[in-house]
Amino acid sequence: MAQVEIRKVHKSYGKVPTVHGIDLTIGDGEFVVLLGPSGCGKSTLLRMVAGLEEITAGEIAIDGTVVNKLEPRERGCAMVFQNYALYPHMSVADNIGYALKVAGTPRAERRTRIAAVAQSLGIAELLDRKPGTLSGGQRQRVAIGRAMIRSPKVFLFDEPLSNLDAKLRAQMRIEIRRLHQKLGATSVFVTHDQVEAMTLADRLVVLNQGRIEQIGAPAEVYRRPASRFVAGFIGAPAMNFVEGRAVAEGLVELTTGRRLAIPAEAGLAMGEPVTIGVRPEEIEIGDGLMPGALDFEIELVEELGAGRVLHGRAGEIELTVLHNAGEDASLRPGRRLALRIPLPAIHLFDAATGRRLGASPSRLAAE
Amino acid sequence: MVERTPILDIVSQVLLLLGLLASLLPMSVIVIAATHDIYTVNQVPMPLIPGHDFWKNVTEAWTRADLGPKILNSIVFAFGVAAGKVFIAALSAFSIVYFRYWGKMIVFWAIFITLMLPLEVRIVPTYAVAANALSPYQTLLDLTGITWLVQQATGVQIALKWGLLNSYTGLILPLIATATGTFLYRQFFLTLPDELTEAARMDGAGAIRFFFDVLLPLSRTNMAALGTIMFVWAWNQYLWPLLVTTDAAHGTAVSQLKELIPQHFGIPDWNVAMAGTLIVMLPPLIVVMLMQRWFVRGIVATEK
Repeated sequence: MAQVEIRKVHKSYGKVPTVHGIDLTIGDGEFVVLLGPSGCGKSTLLRMVAGLEEITAGEIAIDGTVVNKLEPRERGCAMVFQNYALYPHMSVADNIGYALKVAGTPRAERRTRIAAVAQSLGIAELLDRKPGTLSGGQRQRVAIGRAMIRSPKVFLFDEPLSNLDAKLRAQMRIEIRRLHQKLGATSVFVTHDQVEAMTLADRLVVLNQGRIEQIGAPAEVYRRPASRFVAGFIGAPAMNFVEGRAVAEGLVELTTGRRLAIPAEAGLAMGEPVTIGVRPEEIEIGDGLMPGALDFEIELVEELGAGRVLHGRAGEIELTVLHNAGEDASLRPGRRLALRIPLPAIHLFDAATGRRLGASPSRLAAE
Repeated sequence: MVERTPILDIVSQVLLLLGLLASLLPMSVIVIAATHDIYTVNQVPMPLIPGHDFWKNVTEAWTRADLGPKILNSIVFAFGVAAGKVFIAALSAFSIVYFRYWGKMIVFWAIFITLMLPLEVRIVPTYAVAANALSPYQTLLDLTGITWLVQQATGVQIALKWGLLNSYTGLILPLIATATGTFLYRQFFLTLPDELTEAARMDGAGAIRFFFDVLLPLSRTNMAALGTIMFVWAWNQYLWPLLVTTDAAHGTAVSQLKELIPQHFGIPDWNVAMAGTLIVMLPPLIVVMLMQRWFVRGIVATEK
């Protein structure tokens, strides 16, 4: 167990920079998830911690020791790979115990430790099998066991669940979380799947184009996205965005000419262009006349079972709305609805930089 | 391809059969000739019904050509060459695929180009090296003037000499480099996922450990295929053993067959020559039969 400090870390491949000065401290026993679209540098960052990629500039310290020049084996990290990367010619037991064999651990001790790890992962009966005969979920368990057996200071997970089917993924997610609660080891988990990120993380790090967009607890990142990118990336269905500019205290004019009330304390300069964001699940649907309601026409319905996603437009504005109540057969394309956007649901972003504007209140503040 | 094309099926079956016949015909002539006595084998045309002298011819060939020790020599030679090739090729492919160093591509292409140079083309320089394995170093010392300097200073003439003629080492060592094998391993190593290498690094295995614990076991089918091909290739070498082994004790079976071929004015006992040929053909045949299952898998090489 250890603290991982990442200080001003850069990475370039030849002349192409991919990671631009990342600063991040991962606390002892913390479960940190690096989240971002593909190509954002999250895997590169993880691999630099592991020692599989060279660090172009900056420092990474594990447990207070700068590890830039250390070999992977000297860093005390263990890694779980996306495609499992099990040794195909070795039995499950040999796969799990390989690190110990390399380290020269006596055979008897090796055997008891392999048995203990296999027991805790529920793969004790698979120890004599070859990886080729195992299912995806079982292989991933073996891969986790291979990481566990060394009792590493830091666990590194590189998209370990993306090769599994949806059901198994949900199951393994819970198991990884449970394992972390039991072992309490510092863990860094890379994923592009926001559900995985939200459910697993103590702290979420959202990356975009080699830079950190936001660091925070999952709920905080969801409720107070620090930038338009984070707001659009986290949450499904994705947040609605409308462009506009401030015309008066607490009032913006949308590009369509329509005016919309916004939280007064946002403190916008007159005429300043802004992006307004609203989550589909926070738009209120009413049938009758509500003051300031948007006239919304449904164009497409995505049935989710528990609810449905309504795609359509209010005048010129394209909107996605989540209808969370039970079955409603009347929600069909062509149907008109009155929508209301509650003030606390409005997120404001600088139209040019995409950064969050002012202290625009959110549900978190309202609670 | 899974298609229902009855006519095409028949045509391909017939073609296969014709191919089989074409390759079996010379074989059967050898077998039949080996069973005749000296009178029958020289009739024109030679009767295609087998005679009764098979065992007599075989024992005659065995003793006259001294095949016992020669086959033993051949086995040591072919096995040594095959094993050497299998190992050296694995090592050089390992270096080419897994390490980054200056001139790597030059080395790779240099190896690759030797694919186009058969042994016969480079046999004279290879012989020179076998005659004195240290001669390249001697040349270097001579050219740089070190030999002269040392002689002036100490009066000692440097003469490096390590003759390999008439020894197993001399037979085997100059032949164990192989471009084909290096290329075969390289292609296989390139198909292995990078994560496997990284997993081994995370597990603390260094390069050598990774090579022996992961790469070699995964290359088993490759090794079997390469080993089989190279065993047969080495077994069939004629010119090289003939050059390197002037002493009859180190001769190989294939070179020795020459002893059985009737001389211009000698007795035309082709039956004995054919019997000897049969004996010499047998060991590579057995090797191929034993290795066949592995061999095919190594050539197809899509096993995960």
